[in-house]
Amino acid sequence: MVENRPFLKILTHAVLILGVLFLCFPVWMALVASTHPGDALVRSPIPMWFGDQAVENYTTLLSGGVAEAGGVPVLRMMWNSLLMALGITFGKIAVSLLAAYAIVYFRFPFRMGFFWLIFITLMLPIEVRILPTYDIVTNLGMLNSYWGLTVPLIASATATFLFRQFFLTIPDELVEAARIDRAGPIRFFFDILLPLSRTNIAALFIILFIFGWNQYLWPFIITTDVDLYTVVMGIQRMVNVGEGLPIWHLTMGTAILALIPPVVVVLAMQRLFVKGLVESEK
Amino acid sequence: MQKRVVFRSWWLPYLLVLPQIAVTLVFFIWPAYQALETSFYIEDAFGFSRNFVGLDNFRALFNDPGYLRSFWTTLVFGVSVTFLSMSIALALAVCANRVIRSATTYRTFLIWPYAVAPALAGVIWFFMMNPSLGIIAYWLESFFGYDWNHYVNGREALIMVIIAAAWKQISYNFLFFLAGMQSIPKSMIEAAAIDGASPTRRFWTIVFPLLSPTTFFLLVVNLVYAFFDTFAIIHATTSGGPADATSILVYRVYSTGFVGQDYGSSAAQSVILMGIVIVMTVIQFRYVERRVNY
Repeated sequence: MVENRPFLKILTHAVLILGVLFLCFPVWMALVASTHPGDALVRSPIPMWFGDQAVENYTTLLSGGVAEAGGVPVLRMMWNSLLMALGITFGKIAVSLLAAYAIVYFRFPFRMGFFWLIFITLMLPIEVRILPTYDIVTNLGMLNSYWGLTVPLIASATATFLFRQFFLTIPDELVEAARIDRAGPIRFFFDILLPLSRTNIAALFIILFIFGWNQYLWPFIITTDVDLYTVVMGIQRMVNVGEGLPIWHLTMGTAILALIPPVVVVLAMQRLFVKGLVESEK
Repeated sequence: MQKRVVFRSWWLPYLLVLPQIAVTLVFFIWPAYQALETSFYIEDAFGFSRNFVGLDNFRALFNDPGYLRSFWTTLVFGVSVTFLSMSIALALAVCANRVIRSATTYRTFLIWPYAVAPALAGVIWFFMMNPSLGIIAYWLESFFGYDWNHYVNGREALIMVIIAAAWKQISYNFLFFLAGMQSIPKSMIEAAAIDGASPTRRFWTIVFPLLSPTTFFLLVVNLVYAFFDTFAIIHATTSGGPADATSILVYRVYSTGFVGQDYGSSAAQSVILMGIVIVMTVIQFRYVERRVNY
């Protein structure tokens, strides 16, 4: 830094360490709780260090589930979450790539009309229009299906804007060259535009995967079939029965299992994640 | 706005925008229209008949002390979450921007909560603050003699969901503040340091003003987050209680519609919320694009 002040340096590190502790402590407690037998967690003070039930607890969760909360194996719920997250992610990317391509590279009547129509979706979070959307999905017979879980969520203004923004920075000469070589719009899209968008797609993939995995209200409303429960939403049932029963160790185990996949994605692809986040929001 | 060189085809562009537009029309525009329409009707409990009542649903809402209290709760909740998470994140970003050697390590430890679902953040904090076994409730009891119980005390329940919501959002704000700070030219800070400005003074007179576009952007994003994305935190933990103390507006749309089965009122609430989102999005795009700056 600009000057050398030992006191300031210590303060800086102290603040950072405090911040890290504040952010990590809750998950630490959840992790520790998930390694104890249920009756260790009925009165305070609860243990702050690992117990010896980790293997038992996680085996119960992954294969058998929590009997009091429907008995759906967490592995099953995680599989559903994965399918939903991937469905939403690929759907959003494909749909927005195509829309952005049309809006940037073609001139056609109602182009701006379509653009504004897409823009409006930004303003209507699912929580706000939940009841009528539910009605429509019911009428379409999409309740309790993977289609119902993913399709209503795949329109994305943010992704469309990001791709539009990126396409606008691609030099015009590329299109000219493609046209001189007699490449049509479809060829141009697959051979030139798509390879150029690789990094953007990857960065967006991370953000959208997290978004999809973490969906809560939508799966909660449209799935009544326990075999379609997703893990982030399924935990809510455990909390509700957990008020009376000593199953906090299993609830916390599920919480840990539910947060591992997105956290691993973020940490493993940190650089891309930061790029995706900062750019998709601007 | 558009390319100078474009492709020509009268049907291909329509085909390309079709999927996006179809999903938008079916799952966004149509439900929004339905909400608008339903908000002018009162439906009987079995859905057999409905009567046009004009603005009665809205009038009933604004005469309902419970709904007005939800407005107030949402405001307190939104402002607290925004202020808490942004100020903590700013402090962390300032510090992370100062350290050189271990910056990446700190960053790794600070960004991962972004990936934690709001519902999970809620559940974990709920566990930590549980009056009978939560570690924080235990500390409050043994160090301060404070008897924490969010099951009966509405204010404590609200504090709990505020902390859970803010905790989850710190990483996001941190990343944006850090990116904003890294784009401030080092030479400016160094010049001020040579002139004898202390670190505190440099922060308030140079860094903070130059960060204003980021701050403003985050202000809007955080308010939107607190108003809408925190549904899961409330639903998974307090369910709006005790006695409606944590029932923010989005939670009320859900509870009126799905639990109370009062479709007209729920639709009217949806319309009001849509109005709020539209205003916030317009503010974001009008002012953020223009860049608040000095």
